[in-house]
Amino acid sequence: MIEARGLIKRYGEKTAVDDLTFTVTPGVVTGFLGPNGSGKSTTMRLIVGLDAPSAGSVIVNGKPYAEHRMPLHEVGALLEARSVHTGRTARNHLLALAYTHGISAKRVDEVLGLVGLAEVARKRAGGFSLGMGQRLGIASALLADPATVILDEPVNGLDPEGIRWIRGLLRGLAAEGRTVFVSSHLMSEMALTAERLVVIGRGKLIADTTVADFTAMASTNLVRVRTPAFEKLRDLLVVAGGSLAPAPNGEAPEVDVLHIAGLTSAEIGDVAAAQSVALHELTPVAASLEEAFMELTHDSVEFPGNEGRAA
Amino acid sequence: MSKAALTTQPSPLAPTGVEVYPVTQARVIKSEWTKLRSVRSTLWSLLAAFLIVVGLGILICAARASHIDRESLRDRLTFDATGTSLAGAFLAQLAIGTLGVLLMTGEYSTGMVRATFGAVPRRLPVLWAKALVFAVVAFVTMQIAAFIAFFGGQAAFSSKHLDVSISDPGVLRAVIGAGLYLMLVGSFGLALGALIRSTAGGIATLFGLLLVLPIIVNFLPSDWSDKINKYLPGSAGQALMSVVRDHNSLSPWVGFAVFCGYVAVALAAAGFLLVRRDA
Repeated sequence: MIEARGLIKRYGEKTAVDDLTFTVTPGVVTGFLGPNGSGKSTTMRLIVGLDAPSAGSVIVNGKPYAEHRMPLHEVGALLEARSVHTGRTARNHLLALAYTHGISAKRVDEVLGLVGLAEVARKRAGGFSLGMGQRLGIASALLADPATVILDEPVNGLDPEGIRWIRGLLRGLAAEGRTVFVSSHLMSEMALTAERLVVIGRGKLIADTTVADFTAMASTNLVRVRTPAFEKLRDLLVVAGGSLAPAPNGEAPEVDVLHIAGLTSAEIGDVAAAQSVALHELTPVAASLEEAFMELTHDSVEFPGNEGRAA
Repeated sequence: MSKAALTTQPSPLAPTGVEVYPVTQARVIKSEWTKLRSVRSTLWSLLAAFLIVVGLGILICAARASHIDRESLRDRLTFDATGTSLAGAFLAQLAIGTLGVLLMTGEYSTGMVRATFGAVPRRLPVLWAKALVFAVVAFVTMQIAAFIAFFGGQAAFSSKHLDVSISDPGVLRAVIGAGLYLMLVGSFGLALGALIRSTAGGIATLFGLLLVLPIIVNFLPSDWSDKINKYLPGSAGQALMSVVRDHNSLSPWVGFAVFCGYVAVALAAAGFLLVRRDA
């Protein structure tokens, strides 16, 4: 459980995190979305106490992180890819972390096997590829069997097999009742793994909601209408309160297709029936998560003072 | 198993369950000891300092022994057989001081500090553990080196009957002084590394204070510089290493205490900032 309340972090003039309030609950994967530079990494650093907030607070499992007696057992974090001394072997790196919590060398070897680094355990971390570095970071996050797992862009540098492995891992962690908080700037990745979303732009909260609600909230839901009486129906629907929208999801416009916002498919069908207009297709269209995200974060950049969108 | 231990339930991620204990100073010391011995460049630096103390010390003694007949009366009268055998310490302080700085700044330059403070978010136990582990390791290795250099050097002098015995007044204290001085130089480096967090800045500050500051003070009017110089960290610390006391230096243990004071202040300042600054 992670609870941020009015969290603010300023670096000189720049406000990296601007009044964030959100809760990350156990048992589900929560995605932390935002464009690059929106304050995701800073927020994660605040959660584990690497940076002190300028105002507000964030507590993990009921206490500020630093007040836990077994911090690694409360939160396992993968922050920036490299939090490793390049001159030390993977195994010695983990041993040094393990000993602070009295964790055995046996457990170190176990997590090395778990992340697929058993064969390079005695190789220096300085020679690791980006993907191997990520796996070592994940190994250190899982070391003390944490109740809460925080991963900053975990799929960075991983090959497709590694990405599949991460997805399974995240779901497995959540299924065991852990709190899982994963940042990404890739919507598609979050659509596959996350159930809940915390979305930020320019350090401000845009949404704290479920993936489904986020998509619904972000998109003006559209209805695709295919009709031979294109102009007649268009005018009727505008009179009925609908508005014309461009084709979503990158579709090419078609001459006999209308995209209508502001009316449900039932209302459109009723209008058509009342005026005896033939319909060849009537399909509700949900915008993709990617689009929802683009739309919302675009707004947050255009109107940085607009807080009306916050959930 | 202590009552504080917490054993987690088996899960695919922890097939046999994981025993986790609270973070204590002793556990952080074990962790820092693991870190110290698991980086190869640390071991090379220690070995270099060791070889310099032993090799340079004995080499200089051999050179002096073979030349002493040709030296002036004045040189022969001020000859310090103990100090000469410990001459390597003046070069070895570069290796041990740099190592001290690097133990701290290496954490920042590699990003390791995020993992370190993630595991020990109270941070201060890390500083104390690092300082303690390094002080013990530096003292033990440098003290062994100083004894080897002393006995090797005296063996070289014995052919000319210039050698002194470890039981002569002040000699044992001076040999132990070499080990303590090098230990404190290393600790001073570690504290400055923690304060400054940059390798170049830390090394420049350390040797600026130890080696350059006395030169600058010497440009002051001599009645000032005589008063100031003996209180500077380098000269204060080195007072413990010499058997023949210079009238301008502090008495051995007072000098040692003054140098300890500098290191303590630097460590305290480092600790003060460590918990206040963003990592």
